[in-house]
Amino acid sequence: MRIGLTLRAGLVSLLLFGLFVGAWHIGTAGTGPAVKMDPEYAKLMGATATQGKSAMPGPAEVGARIWQHLKDPFYDRGTNDKGLGIQLAYSIARVLAGYLIAVAVAIPIGFLIGMSPLMSRALDPFIQILKPISPLAWMPLALYTIRDSGISAIFVIFICSVWPMLINTAFGVASVRREWLNVAKTLEMSPGRTAWRVILPAAAPTILTGMRISIGIAWLVIVAAEMLVGGTGIGYFVWNEWNNLSITNVITAILFIGVVGMALDQLMARLQHMVAYAD
Amino acid sequence: MSKAFISVEGLTRRFPEPSGKAELTVFEDLWFGVEEGEFACVIGHSGCGKSTILNILAGLDAPTAGHIIAAGKHVQGPSLDRAVIFQGHALMPWLSALGNVELAVSSRHPGWSRAQIRAHAMKYLALVHLDGSELKKPAQLSGGMRQRVGIARALAIEPRMLLMDEPFSALDALTRGSLQDEVIAIRNATRQTVFMITHDVDEALLLADKILLMTNGPKAWVAEIVANTLPKERTRAELHKQPNYYPLRNHLIDFLVTRSRALALDPEARPSNRNPPVIRPTAAPPHAATSHHPQSAGQAPAPHLASARIAATQAAG
Repeated sequence: MRIGLTLRAGLVSLLLFGLFVGAWHIGTAGTGPAVKMDPEYAKLMGATATQGKSAMPGPAEVGARIWQHLKDPFYDRGTNDKGLGIQLAYSIARVLAGYLIAVAVAIPIGFLIGMSPLMSRALDPFIQILKPISPLAWMPLALYTIRDSGISAIFVIFICSVWPMLINTAFGVASVRREWLNVAKTLEMSPGRTAWRVILPAAAPTILTGMRISIGIAWLVIVAAEMLVGGTGIGYFVWNEWNNLSITNVITAILFIGVVGMALDQLMARLQHMVAYAD
Repeated sequence: MSKAFISVEGLTRRFPEPSGKAELTVFEDLWFGVEEGEFACVIGHSGCGKSTILNILAGLDAPTAGHIIAAGKHVQGPSLDRAVIFQGHALMPWLSALGNVELAVSSRHPGWSRAQIRAHAMKYLALVHLDGSELKKPAQLSGGMRQRVGIARALAIEPRMLLMDEPFSALDALTRGSLQDEVIAIRNATRQTVFMITHDVDEALLLADKILLMTNGPKAWVAEIVANTLPKERTRAELHKQPNYYPLRNHLIDFLVTRSRALALDPEARPSNRNPPVIRPTAAPPHAATSHHPQSAGQAPAPHLASARIAATQAAG
């Protein structure tokens, strides 16, 4: 029997998923009426006490909620009741804004560091100190100086996604093969043309790797940042639903965060594939 | 006395030792010339600075002292007039064979249209028999084909001289042979001036008009210039049947195996005369190695080299 590896892996994935959902269902299912009690009292206590039901929603409830959100992702019924689609769109817009500013800053500076040993040495201590700072530690400073929670969140995304791109660009540019640069020199290419036609394509795979790491980090950080700044976004949604004690919505949101993160990563993987070259 | 097309004058290159203040002198006070249309080969052991000479000539390295005049201009940096064929093909792996040649063509002719650049690049790819494979990336080409693209890229900028740094050393013997034939054909068609570095004695005898023999480094020098006394029209198949082949080959091997080291170890060996003597090994025994031999009349050497005496080097050998 010869079945393709992809198919076999898919089957195993499906099996694992089934086991997980099954265990989840059993773990959260009610045990039936536990104690006899006055119906009025039972109504007050809720299913958790009367049916022995777990406070954790089961897979069926979450599934129904996901379906509900998918059916109507963009409803807007006031500040605290917006569709998941709208919340995700806010988050993605913030991530892209901060991320694109980071691209615009990190790639030119990365080029500078990669091409100039002097600047590489000079900027190294700053990078080494700034890089390990948790992006959220910047939040109070950002709120104080920018005085706008939305822009502060974008700033936090900027600061967390700038480092992997900066370091990878500098590394990619610095490790462009000497022989390719020599070819550019013997062809009397101008520095600008060399940067554009030789260094950029040569370093592109490394730069894209940094960009892919950055978008992943940005998506991780946006949830935390939005929990702090509030108002809109998927992070705020999660925190709001926690305050509403709607674990079903929290789990639903977690799943959507995962799906969007995967989509962003796949997008970058596609770009990475486009600039890759076999040596 | 007119100056040679490529005139190397008092060339010295020292590298700072990694450890301390002492400098490593790779070579010192080199003088030699290459005429226009001439094919010159440099042979010597690793570390004698062959590649450094080529890099300085290409403008990728600067001499510590002395200078090179190439085509009437002081070499002070890279130039499109001096095309380099690198040891490792040095093709851009993200560009196709055509893209690599086009990059060079568009550097030479910034004003040309896309179509013009493409047509010019294709002409040179066809010259090295790569039309049909022009859209392949270097990774999809064999070693020999990659080096062909390198040759096409160098020729496409129509340089005044071609500098080749052991271009075929990474190839297997069969591929090397076919590329050597290719080089012979191209040179017969263009009379391109070539300065080439090689380890391969047979390659030098097949391709070169004159062969510069360098002593071992450090402080290497050009011990002598061997004029190729084989007929102008030579093929790989016929090479070893030429009467002058073995005297020439033995002379070169003898130099590489024993004399290059012996000369380097003997501080007195280096003559004060700045021009290296010209040697013409031939099959005729007694006066074989004189520059006045009638057989060598067709191989007119550079005027200032013709008068060089060879007795001293023969004694040294």
